[in-house]
Amino acid sequence: MAEGHVVGIDLGTTNSLVAYMEGDRPAVIPGVDGAHLVPSVVALDPMTAQGSRPTVTVGNSARKALIETPERVIYSVKRLMGRDLEEVRTELKFFPFRLAGDIEAGEVPRIQLGELRFTPPEISAYILRQLKRNAERFFGSPVSQAVITVPAYFNDAQRQATKDAGRMAGLDVLRLVNEPTAAALAYGLDRAKKGTIAVYDFGGGTFDISILKLRDGIFEVQSTNGDTHLGGDDIDNLLLAIALDEIHVEHGVDLRAHPGAVQALRKAAIDAKIRLSTEPAAHFDMELPNGERYQREIPRAVFELLIEPVLKRTAGPCKQAMADAGVTPEQIDEVVLVGGSTRIPAVRALVDELFRLSARGKKPHTELNPDEVVALGAAVQAGILAGASSTTDDMLLLDVTPLSLGIEALGGTVARIIQRNSTIPASATEHFTTGVDGQTNVAIHVLQGERELAGDCRSLARFDLKGIPPMAAGLPRIEVKFLIDADGILHVSAREQRSGKAAQIEVKPTYGLTDEQVENMILDSFDHAEEDFSRRLLIEVRNEADAILAAVAKAPQNPAWNELSAEEQATVAMARDRLVLVKQGSDLRAISQAIVALDKATRHFAELMMDAAVSTAIRGRTMNEAGKEVDEAVTAPHDFAPAEFN
Amino acid sequence: MLKVLDSAVPVACWSCSVAHNESTLFCPDCSKIQPPISGDFFSVFGLEHRLNIDLAALEQEFHRLSRRLHPDRFTRASENEKEWSLADTALLNDAYRTLKDPLRRTEYLLKLEGAPTTLLQDQERIQIQGKTSRVPADLLEMVFDLNMQLEEMRKSKAMGQEDLELRESLRKAKEEFEGMVDAVDRDLRAQWAIWDAGDAAARQAAQHAMVALIDRRKYLSNLVRDVTELLGD
Repeated sequence: MAEGHVVGIDLGTTNSLVAYMEGDRPAVIPGVDGAHLVPSVVALDPMTAQGSRPTVTVGNSARKALIETPERVIYSVKRLMGRDLEEVRTELKFFPFRLAGDIEAGEVPRIQLGELRFTPPEISAYILRQLKRNAERFFGSPVSQAVITVPAYFNDAQRQATKDAGRMAGLDVLRLVNEPTAAALAYGLDRAKKGTIAVYDFGGGTFDISILKLRDGIFEVQSTNGDTHLGGDDIDNLLLAIALDEIHVEHGVDLRAHPGAVQALRKAAIDAKIRLSTEPAAHFDMELPNGERYQREIPRAVFELLIEPVLKRTAGPCKQAMADAGVTPEQIDEVVLVGGSTRIPAVRALVDELFRLSARGKKPHTELNPDEVVALGAAVQAGILAGASSTTDDMLLLDVTPLSLGIEALGGTVARIIQRNSTIPASATEHFTTGVDGQTNVAIHVLQGERELAGDCRSLARFDLKGIPPMAAGLPRIEVKFLIDADGILHVSAREQRSGKAAQIEVKPTYGLTDEQVENMILDSFDHAEEDFSRRLLIEVRNEADAILAAVAKAPQNPAWNELSAEEQATVAMARDRLVLVKQGSDLRAISQAIVALDKATRHFAELMMDAAVSTAIRGRTMNEAGKEVDEAVTAPHDFAPAEFN
Repeated sequence: MLKVLDSAVPVACWSCSVAHNESTLFCPDCSKIQPPISGDFFSVFGLEHRLNIDLAALEQEFHRLSRRLHPDRFTRASENEKEWSLADTALLNDAYRTLKDPLRRTEYLLKLEGAPTTLLQDQERIQIQGKTSRVPADLLEMVFDLNMQLEEMRKSKAMGQEDLELRESLRKAKEEFEGMVDAVDRDLRAQWAIWDAGDAAARQAAQHAMVALIDRRKYLSNLVRDVTELLGD
């Protein structure tokens, strides 16, 4: 593929994953440690010297730092994406992060991490960069294009923030895909081709419900609803709050003053939650700073009572989504469960009731790992966009905008111009005029949301239509076109029709980073890192090439070599010469491909060598000796030695 | 079916230079997407202005065109082609959304035909959206009663009481209004047939009738919505 791999990324609240299309199946790309999930945790490393570039740790090792140096670590940053100062303040009541002090209204909030401060997109960019690196390590070639998933109920600002993060990480974000829709794509690969399905996606920090109609490979979303403030985090916080209160009351220790201890308790709460999905009770047992122990048993019944209000909040969106799609629960053929929180038995019971599943002899779909299904679906969408696989050729995703788009009208009311659940791309054209003679500009306030009053909706942007030719009031006719693209992001253009003049628009997003700010963040933190990384990758690939060439050079001394046909020997020689040639250059991909080609050419030889070693062992030598010989022999490239870069 | 307008003006394809009809979405010769054409929602689907349409065929055509026009098919194309695909797909989606819904379709056609309508223009719509229009004369008495009951229901709800009799009465009223909505829909369909088949004079009359019916329907469905919300079931 000339353009390289397009990967699918699930940028989750708790965990993130990267996947790709392995032939006609999506597969998750493991990290260096072999794990599929990369915890969405970012830790700022200790600063080595004054003025040195900050370095960060992402994933499991960052999670370890959470208890030792909590003031340098951030998690669940997705909950802060695209949010304004006030919203972030509310969120932070539940999280130990500090907001940088001197932020003005309208600015993107920054989080204080150690001695530095970062915007949420920058933090997300670090996670994305880690995933990008994992993929590059896996492929042995650079990855620059990705599909990233977002909660279906994300608004314009949250989507834009996610795209900004991608750009900062050096990724060309080909498409933002809604998480529940991605899950449907992952399941759609081997499912019946027709029917109505509901995807119930209850993750770490967000809840989404989507109703889709499947027909001949077209996935047409009928409606979507959700809550971007509802997830497993809320359950953790409930357990945590109770434990903190009990410790305070029973042991006289206020752990809130010990961030490290709170994190340890938080981890215990999460563990208890997970255990309660399979066991009738879970235990808290923790040593407190004063030497006493906090011990507590939580029976499942108590847990379920505790979390009921959280779970109940998913019911409203489900009912609204069904109403908007014009379907009854009985008309839903299948229900797909996505997100770690759907492992909770009480959640499954609620889903069963909402969609009348067991009453109809049905069960929800849980065949695919709920933690991985979104990333797998993102990989499928990446395959669709790359147009590289016949499996995805016939598939097409038609998604909708989750929230209505409106304009502030007289009296602070909202006039809807694009209804929620409209298939995207969607557009609307509105006409505006002036109210005063000679007026040359008109201000427009664009909002997103379902409420009647502008003050209750999410302010997206204020536009100033400028350069209107001076005319009598009411005479100018300015046509403004609103277009929501396939990522769910709004674009605006305007034209004065009477004079034919294109009116200038000054788009001032209410929240979010300007293009220039995004550019600067790329330069500041990644430009050199990327360069360094490519160079490092090149060195690693050359090292691998050298190892293979050395092994091939020794090959003729091995008796197995003579068992190869002359043709096979010639093929190996050709592949070897090719690798020697391209290794001189710095084309990463060419070198990787030449390595793969040589590996393939020598496969038969490697097999013969293995056979020889094994039969020697059978002829009465100890397994240990034979093993040594095998070990030595298999320094030749073979199937079982995938490229591994550190 | 790809032809959108009956334009006789031939245009050269931007890619292969072969002349083609201006109104074609894709070059018939090299299959490349062409700059967007303007046309009404009916023409997007190659349909004449008709109110009775085959919804199954409409969906099929929507899917067929989506497969070809959607931005997903153009991620590796030139910037121009990407932009055209986006504009075309937005138009296609807007058209499908409007035509598949009987009411939106009727309103849209009436607007296209320049019907002497009380349908609100853009500017006005923005200003008075959300407010209910005047009450149809024959409904005055019913609506008056209903509003009293709704008010009472709100009061008792606010005090945390549940008046079962009132609830039952409201439920009945809701059913009655729903029946009236159905009746309006039947009348509308009858007017569709007249409009589709009629001459200019018949169409004119049908348009007048439809404008009134749509007003009435909006009024009724607002009532139904209010009652449903209050009943909460």
